[in-house]
Amino acid sequence: MEFDLSLLLNGIVSGLLLGGLYAAAASGLAVSFGMLDIVNIAHPALMVTGAFTVVVLGTWLGLDPLVVAVLQAPLFYVFGIGIYNAYHHFFEKRGDEALQGLAFFFGVMFIIEVGLVMAFGPEQRFLDPSYAYTTWRIGDIDLPLRMLVPGLFAMACIGGLFLYLHRSFTGLAIAAVAQDAEALRLMAIDPVRIKRLAFGISIALASMAGGALVVVQPVEPSSGQVFIGRVFAICIMGGMASLPGCIMAALLFGVVENVTATFFGPSWSPAVAFGWLLLVLAFRPQGLFGKAA
Amino acid sequence: MNANLRFWLGAAALGLALVAGLRLLGNDYGYFAGYFVLQYVVLAGAWNILGGYAGYVNFGAAGFMAAGAYSAIVVRQWLGWDLIPGIFAAAVVAGLLGLGTGYLTLRLKGVYFSIATLCLAVVLQTLVVNWDYVGGSRGAYIIHARDIPPFNSYSEMLFIVMLALAIITTGIGRAVEMSRLGRGLQAIRDNERAAEAVGVPTLRLKLVATTLCGALMGVAGAPLPYYSGYLNPEAAFSLAYAVNAIAMPLIGGAGTWAGPVIGAVLLASLQQAATVTISSALNLWIVGWMLVIFVAVAPRGILGWFRKRT
Repeated sequence: MEFDLSLLLNGIVSGLLLGGLYAAAASGLAVSFGMLDIVNIAHPALMVTGAFTVVVLGTWLGLDPLVVAVLQAPLFYVFGIGIYNAYHHFFEKRGDEALQGLAFFFGVMFIIEVGLVMAFGPEQRFLDPSYAYTTWRIGDIDLPLRMLVPGLFAMACIGGLFLYLHRSFTGLAIAAVAQDAEALRLMAIDPVRIKRLAFGISIALASMAGGALVVVQPVEPSSGQVFIGRVFAICIMGGMASLPGCIMAALLFGVVENVTATFFGPSWSPAVAFGWLLLVLAFRPQGLFGKAA
Repeated sequence: MNANLRFWLGAAALGLALVAGLRLLGNDYGYFAGYFVLQYVVLAGAWNILGGYAGYVNFGAAGFMAAGAYSAIVVRQWLGWDLIPGIFAAAVVAGLLGLGTGYLTLRLKGVYFSIATLCLAVVLQTLVVNWDYVGGSRGAYIIHARDIPPFNSYSEMLFIVMLALAIITTGIGRAVEMSRLGRGLQAIRDNERAAEAVGVPTLRLKLVATTLCGALMGVAGAPLPYYSGYLNPEAAFSLAYAVNAIAMPLIGGAGTWAGPVIGAVLLASLQQAATVTISSALNLWIVGWMLVIFVAVAPRGILGWFRKRT
């Protein structure tokens, strides 16, 4: 195959745009898995749930998917708090996180996925926003709004989260709970309350990522499966708890995956996720940008 | 030694009684349902070796099982070998897969291994879908001979093969539990650092366990294409295997050789009975709920009710 520069450039640019979506999907995990040490493997499934509710509510209300995603986020926040309460009560308090806790989240993931199949059927659902078929062109490079808008939306969400974590008191408390929960207790802050709040936020982020997902591609109940590899690979590559690291890793990941898809065919792209994950785990478990533990 | 002998004699007697009972019943459906239950005994027993004793969660049961099933298909298409060599090939392929995944991730915290196995299933599915030799996404057919001389019927043969595999797996699980390997794995589960400190070769033991676990899961899948006559990636990588492989040992009582057998017989029979009456999605949904409720309320499973807390 002849090397084609504009093909490569387009591959990189749309990879960056795709990376924006991945960053949204992984940022919630950076909070739950990275900061709280809760291995929420149901995160992608919750994202897909968010995508489905966006489709349902958006069709019903006639609103843009991203607007719906923001409007429904508080519901998912509450839902996340419910999940954390159950997790804390049955596993964290007993010290059973490792085996039983993992099995619990696996069960939750499974219940969600099968529940979606039962509620909506296995077929794909979509909700096209008004700009879905508009493409901006800069020279040889295509910028489809279908990819650009969710990418920017994702960056806005992560930016908001970053500000919240670094500027507000509770945000700083979340960062503190990630470092030392016991020290927080000494300062008369209940670490469980902070963790509950943070987990709720991570699930709200998952649902907003679901809104972005609907704009990019149609969703089906099993869409979450491919994302498990992606989001965990990104989260680990980004150095677990670091949001800037998460964005960098997501963009890099999007580019690699998209360039692979451009040159070898899209059916191979899930293999990229796993290959990366294994390589990262084997050689740089502290992440690409993280410091050695 | 005496107890070992008693276990094997008891298992053999139980197996013979099952075959005799099904022969008396004389219904092919009996073998069909029996195979369904027994494949889960193998799968749950395999999961238990790593998950139950060492506390390392393998989410990739569907991936390992499909690796076994497709190894059997490849061996048949490529060399023309039949079921039994296919089972050995499945054990080797899936065992190596387990060893490789373990080697790359087991030096880290256990969750990384779990995440890797979760992705492994997705990627193996990608490979199989893209691999035309085994039928790609269209699936592969296995044509089988109708009647095999020593057995009454083809389904009886498959049932007996699976019965033997289930007994062997349970025996291996029991042998692991009694051996130094099992005690080492239990030490890892209780406190890996302490185990390492007193000289338990943790990495080596974990690798042995992942290999064994992968190989047995592959073995559980090898007869699958013969059983269903046709195999596509969707069926081979069904999430049902992944969730059942975890739910059954945990519900029965993980970390004991009898736990997975109890869980598998209970849950698989329930599902087999339920598919006749309710939809398969609802069926799996119930398994998911049972898993969540059991790990929350009865983390030691059904066997835990009968044993006093330690």
